[in-house]
Amino acid sequence: MSAPVHAAAPAAARLRPGAVDAVFIARSLRHSVRNVDAMLMAILLPVMLMLLFVYVFGGAIDPGGDYVNYVVPGIILLCAGFGASSTAIDVAGDKASGIMDRFRTLPIRSWAVVTGHVVASLARNLVATMVVLGVALAIGFRPTAGAGEWVLAIVAVAVYILAITYLFAAIGLATGSPEAANGYGFVLLFLPYLSTAFVGAETLPSWLRGFAEHQPITPVIETVRSLLMGTPAGTAPLLALAWMVAILTTAVVWSAIVFARQGGRR
Amino acid sequence: MDNAIDVRGLRKSFGRAEVLAGVDLTVRRGSVHALLGSNGAGKTTLVTILATLLRPDAGTASIACADLTSDPVAVRRRIALTGQSAAVDEVLTAEENLRMMAGLRGLRGGAARRRSRELIERFGLTDAADRRVKTYSGGMRRRLDLALSLVVAVPVVFLDEPTTGLDPRSRRELWDVIRSLRQDGTTVLLTTQYLEEADELADMVSILRDGRIVAEGSPAELKRTVGEDVVEVRDAVGKVLHGEPTDGTSAGLRRALDAIDAHGLTGEVVVRRPSLDDVFFALTSHTQSYGTTENPDDHAGSLAGAGRIPS
Repeated sequence: MSAPVHAAAPAAARLRPGAVDAVFIARSLRHSVRNVDAMLMAILLPVMLMLLFVYVFGGAIDPGGDYVNYVVPGIILLCAGFGASSTAIDVAGDKASGIMDRFRTLPIRSWAVVTGHVVASLARNLVATMVVLGVALAIGFRPTAGAGEWVLAIVAVAVYILAITYLFAAIGLATGSPEAANGYGFVLLFLPYLSTAFVGAETLPSWLRGFAEHQPITPVIETVRSLLMGTPAGTAPLLALAWMVAILTTAVVWSAIVFARQGGRR
Repeated sequence: MDNAIDVRGLRKSFGRAEVLAGVDLTVRRGSVHALLGSNGAGKTTLVTILATLLRPDAGTASIACADLTSDPVAVRRRIALTGQSAAVDEVLTAEENLRMMAGLRGLRGGAARRRSRELIERFGLTDAADRRVKTYSGGMRRRLDLALSLVVAVPVVFLDEPTTGLDPRSRRELWDVIRSLRQDGTTVLLTTQYLEEADELADMVSILRDGRIVAEGSPAELKRTVGEDVVEVRDAVGKVLHGEPTDGTSAGLRRALDAIDAHGLTGEVVVRRPSLDDVFFALTSHTQSYGTTENPDDHAGSLAGAGRIPS
């Protein structure tokens, strides 16, 4: 078998703007669609939690039966967190397998491989959010929002997904292996439980209340809750925006620095 | 310019461990050049640096006339890397992997599809082209890995231990591909710990030891440096009882046999030509004493001199 293998190869062509990003986004979307387990987990787990909280704990927390309307905004953000956490595993996997190094030897902005994962995570999580919302509506979630508020609520969720996805991407780059990335990511996933997602801050012991009221996820939840349910928002939207911009900036800068440093090292 | 790769005084340390201690290397255009060394000799680090993934601490290198430190992007246009330090996408199929790589090299729709099909056929992956790479054997994966490097024409291909861990058949298949790369005029820098591989494929061999090139030459030249043919007498378990140097002529062989008879030795008589193994062991026999302060040039000096091509 000595037919020419390389003599017939075409010359490399000039890349159109955005072509590299498009290739990597398509790649990560393919990964998402094929990783059925991860997708199912990202949807099923929040749905199970929602059912658990509404039907098992809900009666005790709010005997009036209105708990579903309280808990759904928190569940939506919990769901987004779960879905975004697999970005850490995807990015760490690319690094560990060596394919990231292969991309780095190409004459392209190889950083786009991370962009691909982030965009896919955004798409994946918005789909999961819609499914969770659908189930919520089916079990009696009755938001009061108008069209404009719905749009704003979805934008808020999308910004949250974007920020937390970049954070997970940075964690994936900073840790060596998918397993380690998974472990670190788990800590972040615990944050929504210590917020106002499931119960009001006033019901928490005082030492925990301070944390719950001032951690970044609480204002996002309160913003979404206020948009969907008409609860008073107060300073929550501003706080949420400030937190998200801060987290996004930190995560992007952190991952860009780590990415630039670690070619050829595994 | 006749050199595809020109490396001068390349150094790299990780923390206090000096992995490359001043490497000089010249690879002629269109040749297959093997970088031979045991584990930890610095082969992968050298290739990783030449493939722009790591920055050297000192030294210069140019690849197909592009300067490594001042213009890594130009280097990336001229190279492809396969092997230990590169990988394939396991979630995608072979065809998807190839089309992804074609897209990243600027090929579009029809051209990308055509080139992917060509490579799938050429690398014997037709039956598996639509299966996810996760299900592939080691040999298939390695063939795809190499195919991904050949999506577009590049003058220099780095193969980092391309056949490590492969069964003999897969290894021979890969060797065929590497030979055909040479026929196509591609320059190949190949790292390997298999002497047989270097012997089979390489026009030139450089032996890397403790971060330095300790010998260089064609396989034949290197073998000549460790001596001539030897007539050996072995006992029933293969232990060498006696070795009598000879020159390859029938008269020389007769003289050697007479000498053996004169010693009164009996056993199995074989003529052994020096192999690259002998060269390698002669040069690297002290590598076990890792981290000692011995001068690595001591036992390599004469060989390095004898084998080196005048530059």
